[in-house]
Amino acid sequence: MTALHRLLGAISSLRLTVICLAAAFVLVLAGTLAQVQYGLFFIQEQYFQSWFVWWSYTPTSFRLPVFPGGHLVGAVLLVNLIAAHIRRFSWSWRKLGIQLIHLGLIIMLAGGLATDLFSVSSYMRLKEGQTKNYSEDDSRTELALTELTGAEADPVIAIPGEVLAKCGAISHEALPFKVVVKGFYRNSDLQMLGQEGGPTLAAAANGAGAQIALKAMARATEMNQHDTASAVVEIIPAKDGKSLGTWLVSVAMSQPQDLEVDGRHWSLELRPARYYKSYSLSLLDFTHETYPGTQIPKDFSSKVTLADPVHNENRQVQIYMNHPLRYQGDTYYQSGFEPDNSGTVLQVVRNPSYQAPYIACVIVSLGLLLQFTYHLIGFARRAKSATAP
Amino acid sequence: MNRFIPYLVLLIAGLWLGSSWRDPKPSPSDFDLGSFSRLPVLAGGRIKPLDTVARNSLLILRGKQTLRLANGDKMTASRWLAEVLFNAPVADTYPVFAIANQEVLGMFGWPQADKKYCSFAELHPYLAKIDEEGSRAADATAKERTPFQTSIYNLRNSLLLYQRLKDSIHPEKSTGFAAEINTYAAAKAAAKQNTPPPDKDQLALLRAAETRYQGQAEAASMLTVPPPAGGQPGDWLATGGALLRVDSPQAIPAALTAYAKLSDAFRAGDHAGFTQAATAYADSLQREHPDWTGRSSFELRFNQMEPFYQSTVLYVGAFLLACGSWLACPKGLRQTAFLLLLLALVVHSFGMFARMYLQGRPPVTNLYSSAIFVGWGAVVLGLVLERLFRDGIGAACAGMVGFITLIIAHHLGSNGDTLEMMQAVLDSNIWLATHVVIITAGYSAMFLAGMLAVAYVVLGVLTRRLTRDTAQTLTRMVYGVVCFATLFSFVGTVLGGIWADQSWGRFWGWDPKENGALLIVLWCGMILHARWGGFIRQRGLMAMAIGGNAITAFSWFGVNMLGVGLHSYGFMDKAFPWLVAFGIAQALLILLSRLPASKWGSFRNAARRDLTAAGFTPPASAPSVPSVP
Repeated sequence: MTALHRLLGAISSLRLTVICLAAAFVLVLAGTLAQVQYGLFFIQEQYFQSWFVWWSYTPTSFRLPVFPGGHLVGAVLLVNLIAAHIRRFSWSWRKLGIQLIHLGLIIMLAGGLATDLFSVSSYMRLKEGQTKNYSEDDSRTELALTELTGAEADPVIAIPGEVLAKCGAISHEALPFKVVVKGFYRNSDLQMLGQEGGPTLAAAANGAGAQIALKAMARATEMNQHDTASAVVEIIPAKDGKSLGTWLVSVAMSQPQDLEVDGRHWSLELRPARYYKSYSLSLLDFTHETYPGTQIPKDFSSKVTLADPVHNENRQVQIYMNHPLRYQGDTYYQSGFEPDNSGTVLQVVRNPSYQAPYIACVIVSLGLLLQFTYHLIGFARRAKSATAP
Repeated sequence: MNRFIPYLVLLIAGLWLGSSWRDPKPSPSDFDLGSFSRLPVLAGGRIKPLDTVARNSLLILRGKQTLRLANGDKMTASRWLAEVLFNAPVADTYPVFAIANQEVLGMFGWPQADKKYCSFAELHPYLAKIDEEGSRAADATAKERTPFQTSIYNLRNSLLLYQRLKDSIHPEKSTGFAAEINTYAAAKAAAKQNTPPPDKDQLALLRAAETRYQGQAEAASMLTVPPPAGGQPGDWLATGGALLRVDSPQAIPAALTAYAKLSDAFRAGDHAGFTQAATAYADSLQREHPDWTGRSSFELRFNQMEPFYQSTVLYVGAFLLACGSWLACPKGLRQTAFLLLLLALVVHSFGMFARMYLQGRPPVTNLYSSAIFVGWGAVVLGLVLERLFRDGIGAACAGMVGFITLIIAHHLGSNGDTLEMMQAVLDSNIWLATHVVIITAGYSAMFLAGMLAVAYVVLGVLTRRLTRDTAQTLTRMVYGVVCFATLFSFVGTVLGGIWADQSWGRFWGWDPKENGALLIVLWCGMILHARWGGFIRQRGLMAMAIGGNAITAFSWFGVNMLGVGLHSYGFMDKAFPWLVAFGIAQALLILLSRLPASKWGSFRNAARRDLTAAGFTPPASAPSVPSVP
């Protein structure tokens, strides 16, 4: 037996399967318990959507991989499954169930990995009567630079938060100035200056930021908390290279700030990243029903108009609990509502592999059913013969 | 003769069950509450009999469905509710508020006993203080509250509930409700027609009454006035709300006239008048709303039968008989145990299906009903095993799991109505019937496998009864049940993912409840693959199956106690010490299973072959073929 054979044997072995399952078990258990302290999103990133779980020594940047992460365990299990599938594959009724189960699991694992890598989730908030052709991603930001031309549509340059986070100088051919990022904060706290006992140092020289202090915060962990991203940017006109000073931008600020460069007017705003669609949704009506005589919610429902000039669609759709709208690769779910019931919050998910679990589920269930029926018959037969006099 | 003894026992058990189906006989010196307690009202979003309202309220206030008075007399919930509704000053003297916290008792300057039941009258001087401390506790989240704050917060809620109950029909100090509403209706009619023009005083009285009715309607804990025939559940009105719509004495709803009569008769001690008023109103409702009254009467019967209590008792009996069958008279006792178990299952099933009929939902809708269903599933599986193997083990384990799960259900049901309405996202019978039922059936199988493994370890270590055959049979049983658990847990988990994809937009979100289900699937996968690979033998299989008990309990309750995630609607923390104790017990049992063969009663002198099969001394020439049982 060559080393290659031994390696192939190990890769496709049951022992490796059991080790992977055990590792997955420990990972899931630890990841569940750790959510109490660190919250779901952080743990999801650190434990499940990673190759390793790292232990880090906070005062320094020293860190050590202490356990395989979700991606690693999943990938090894996937390789193990495929290898075992190839090595042991044979056409027989006795094996058909097992083959189907494992084929389904392969599809499920692969689909899960694809979902982790490619799916994008965002929100569309609509007031009654409002129309939107974009959704917003609360976990990402963008710096929108809009030239106020007075025309019907103003040109916008949007700089993604990931680029801002690198804290460099950003220039664009359509911009007559450079944007130098002085600081970028994934989560922050803004406070007005001039309060007794409050902070005294302004975050920026110009705009609203001249009256606001900025404090960097640790990432939010609770389900109901969100990060407040902020950045301090310096604007340097390309023509003379003389700085106009710094501005504070934050998703917590409700108004864009104005800026004049060479006689052209711009507005400056940090906002949740937008994903534009080729169609639009308008909210006609949002209803929130409760059970008679109680405050227990019975149903949330949004009646929207879907207008798509490209595909010549214009129809009314009802989106409610357990009944999403699937359109052009996006799925719209009834997710929440404005506190005064005046508007709806739709979750928008684009997941190219959303069908994988459905297919996998059917295949695995079929396999399990075949396998256990096969076993049950033998089991009952043996039990009968064991108790026979 | 011996052949008939099992059936004789079955008959006795049947008679005991039958005795609870009779209507309770009213004492001749007290009111006959039969018709009163079946009157339907709308509370908590659901139409239910007054008896259910009474039982659930007492359960919340006092922790029990009946009341024990200071002189030791027992009082039924319906009798108590009648007193609360119609004669509040007397009801105020009944000890219905359970206070277990020493600090709270100390706050009132009372001796710090273990637990005290006190009356509204006793608490009356401290209402302002309770409200003040209670509101402060209300501002804190459930996690942050100290035991004192939790207790005072609960007491404040209990008092609010009691207050709202007292106001359900008429103001608590009313001495003549019939007269009051007639005067009011006449005044309204007069005001409408302006003949004779109402004077200032009359108008002021009318306004005062309307303000009071408005307040009553807003605070009402139950809606007492049904719509006319053909109406919808959403058309029920509170007493106050119905009175606001009255514009003449003829327009007073029959329900209010009836309740007014009941109230006057009750306070007057007029037993015959009370019975007559209740029966007349119940009959007229029967004609107008046969569906609602039918359901309501059925629920009353269901309440009185207490099927889950009965099956709990029968499960214990079956368990003891099955255990007894290993000591003496194996055949007869085993058959008696089997028959009792069957009877218990019938009663248990009746209770479960009755709840499904009343709620119009699949069997599992909350933690309480999941406990009922877990027990039911395990008993069905255990009966199948008993039928196949006829050795008393399946019956004993089924009886034990049935008993434990129903006890758990009993404690989960102490928060009030267990037939509550479903939150919007759960309002989907298809998913409740598939995902929830299947995953709960997986729990059943896990617990049954765990219990069978416990039987293996306990019998093996403590007795000499674990023979080669019994050990092999148990191994086959555990393996088979684990296969079943794998099937159900996996399919249930994936269906849950698909439901999540339909309603939340992601198939998998690493939410604690999802992870809990995944843990069971992974554990089952480990057991099966380790078995196929020959990495574990009998004892290893048993140890892992016992571990499965702890993991299933964690997935069922533990994850809800973490207080994170989207499934927190099943939140409960009182059971935490029990869960920990259960986990420790499983760990000890696993340790017990690791004892060397010399410490096992059954393996002390066992043959080498049996020791190998059990996994004690792996010989040097271990067989390379996997030993699938």
